[in-house]
Amino acid sequence: MFSLITFLPRAIVQSVPLLLGCVGETLNEKSGSLNLGIPGVMYVGAISGVIGSFFYETSAGENFNPVIGIIIPLVTCLLGSLMMGLIFCLLTVTLRANQNVTGLAMTTFGVGFGNFFGGSIIKLTGADVPSIALSATSKAFKTSLPFADKAGVAGDLLLSYGFMTYVAILIAVITSFVLKKTRTGLELRAVGENPATADAAGININRYKYFSICIGCMIAGLGGLYYVMDYANGVWSNDAFGDRGWLAIALVIFSIWRPNWAVWESMLFGGLYILYLYIPTGANFAMKEIYKMLPYIVTIIMLIAISLRNKHENQPPEGLGLPYFREDR
Amino acid sequence: MDRKEKEPLIHITKRKMIPKKQEWAIRLGAILAALVVCAVITTLTTHLNPFAVYASMWEGSFGSERKIWALLKELSILLMISVALAPAFKMKFWNLGGGGQVMAGVLATTTCMILFGDKMGNVPLILLALVTSLAAGALWAFIPAFCRAKWNTNETLFTLMMNYVATQIVAYFIIIWEKPKGSGKIGVINQSSRAGWLPYLGGKQYMLVVLIAIAVTIFMYIYLKYSKHGYELTVVGESQNTAKYVGIDVGKVIIRTLVLCGLICGLTGFLLVSSTDHTMTTTLEGGRGFLGVMVAWLAHFNPIGMVLSALLMVFMARGSGEISTAFGLNKSFGDILTGVILFFVIGSEFFINYQIHFRKSSKGKEAADV
Repeated sequence: MFSLITFLPRAIVQSVPLLLGCVGETLNEKSGSLNLGIPGVMYVGAISGVIGSFFYETSAGENFNPVIGIIIPLVTCLLGSLMMGLIFCLLTVTLRANQNVTGLAMTTFGVGFGNFFGGSIIKLTGADVPSIALSATSKAFKTSLPFADKAGVAGDLLLSYGFMTYVAILIAVITSFVLKKTRTGLELRAVGENPATADAAGININRYKYFSICIGCMIAGLGGLYYVMDYANGVWSNDAFGDRGWLAIALVIFSIWRPNWAVWESMLFGGLYILYLYIPTGANFAMKEIYKMLPYIVTIIMLIAISLRNKHENQPPEGLGLPYFREDR
Repeated sequence: MDRKEKEPLIHITKRKMIPKKQEWAIRLGAILAALVVCAVITTLTTHLNPFAVYASMWEGSFGSERKIWALLKELSILLMISVALAPAFKMKFWNLGGGGQVMAGVLATTTCMILFGDKMGNVPLILLALVTSLAAGALWAFIPAFCRAKWNTNETLFTLMMNYVATQIVAYFIIIWEKPKGSGKIGVINQSSRAGWLPYLGGKQYMLVVLIAIAVTIFMYIYLKYSKHGYELTVVGESQNTAKYVGIDVGKVIIRTLVLCGLICGLTGFLLVSSTDHTMTTTLEGGRGFLGVMVAWLAHFNPIGMVLSALLMVFMARGSGEISTAFGLNKSFGDILTGVILFFVIGSEFFINYQIHFRKSSKGKEAADV
């Protein structure tokens, strides 16, 4: 039976990794870097958080403290994604490598990194557990407000999530504000639109690029962590994160580089992602595979629609994808 | 008047030309540095002796005649995909959909083999499968190319999404044709009748694939270097405005190039089902659409150079398969090593294209000023 009350919260939970990935990629693109490594960054963020909390949970045992249990994976996740961000910066900003190729290499590396440590951390550390199931950490991440259960339908829809859901929306809104209303945002956009002009205006191009790429990657990495801890209940399984990183990159275009719009659009995509579970197909399992196509088909249709409505303010940053070399003309 | 304005420590200029020898020395140096870093990572994470790991990777790739043939097969398939993608990238069309185009070919061949396997002779069946898979691959590339040419639709994401659409259609048909029911697999197609299987040349299963890959690579080399089409797509890649100015129909060149790309990918899909694997899975393409991008780019879109870069990738993949069995490691370890090598090779391009001048020591400078 299809019920909006059960469907919407699940769609929103699905949307958070997409939203964080999208906000991170938007920051990257605003500085003129098309980072196709975001899927890899999200994997690394996820597994770094998992490694951190795995060590804490196995060593703490009975004395598990939820606050430390949240802080440790957050910190390791941010560090892991920061490393990926720095690799991308070093290669594309300092060494002016091709962004698409670097991004794809980062995705290969990141997915491999996640699957390798996810699959063999138990063997490598010789721990005495059958699989990675960080239930205590996941429980801490999923703690919702105590009165959420009693608030009825509104409670289910608005209050039933772990704290990271709200943090994600907050990050999106803040990013949007910074980009649009502050001097830093203005200068960052100048760097992405026309680095030569920004350079002439005395803006330190490389510093802006480094900061926005690294912060963007850290935000995207949080999306990976959210997926494992909130959505997957702390259970790591290889390749489970799937193609969400790519959808997050696609979301950037639909939100027309506006993170506050991405909040709603990521919810729409979260819904599309799980809609196949709710469409009754009876015993015809094959049809489910067709319905799983929905988010991709909608993405393609939106891509075409946006390109048809060729409005000036809907265009990507002009300097997107181009490395900047001051002495070039 | 004591102005203490320092000259920057590092000054970077573009190189005009670099001798081929030096270029290759830089690349080899990067790969060696990457191998050292990989060795450090291997020891730190797994406490294994890195030389033993490298030795077993070598063993896994070249250890026996069977392993060499498997390596050659993988090399041929990856090479064909990379060669197919090269003209598109040379035109600055980011086709990340090579995987989807291969899967379209895979699906078309499988469909022909299952539906007509017992209804026609082997030769017409193979021809039919070949034609339909070429058409399917071309169609899968044509759709995004058409939208790009007509409305300037973002091709990077479009082609990427086409991969997933193709994979889901394949997943649908796998459930329809699964054998035995409920297994989620279709097993080896026409195992007893061998209808639609390509012949084993000289008793070697992979000989035909290797020969076709060589032919396709040489064709692409000539196409890019000596044909009018190749010239036109290079101009479009360098500057669309120049292309328009000299009267090249940019939209036509984009569509034509992508259809060629789709045709070769479709052919690869046909070979995967009809000659090497004889089955269809959702992961048959195995990420080679992305790997092909890097292979093509590392070789600067030169098909002959791609043989080397593809060999490097295949060696890493085959080798890591071997270490996963020999040392009980997860298979993804190879992806980490491949990633590190790629980072280094990508980074090394900088030292080929640019020259670094360090600030001359101030003493020497003062002397020069006087």
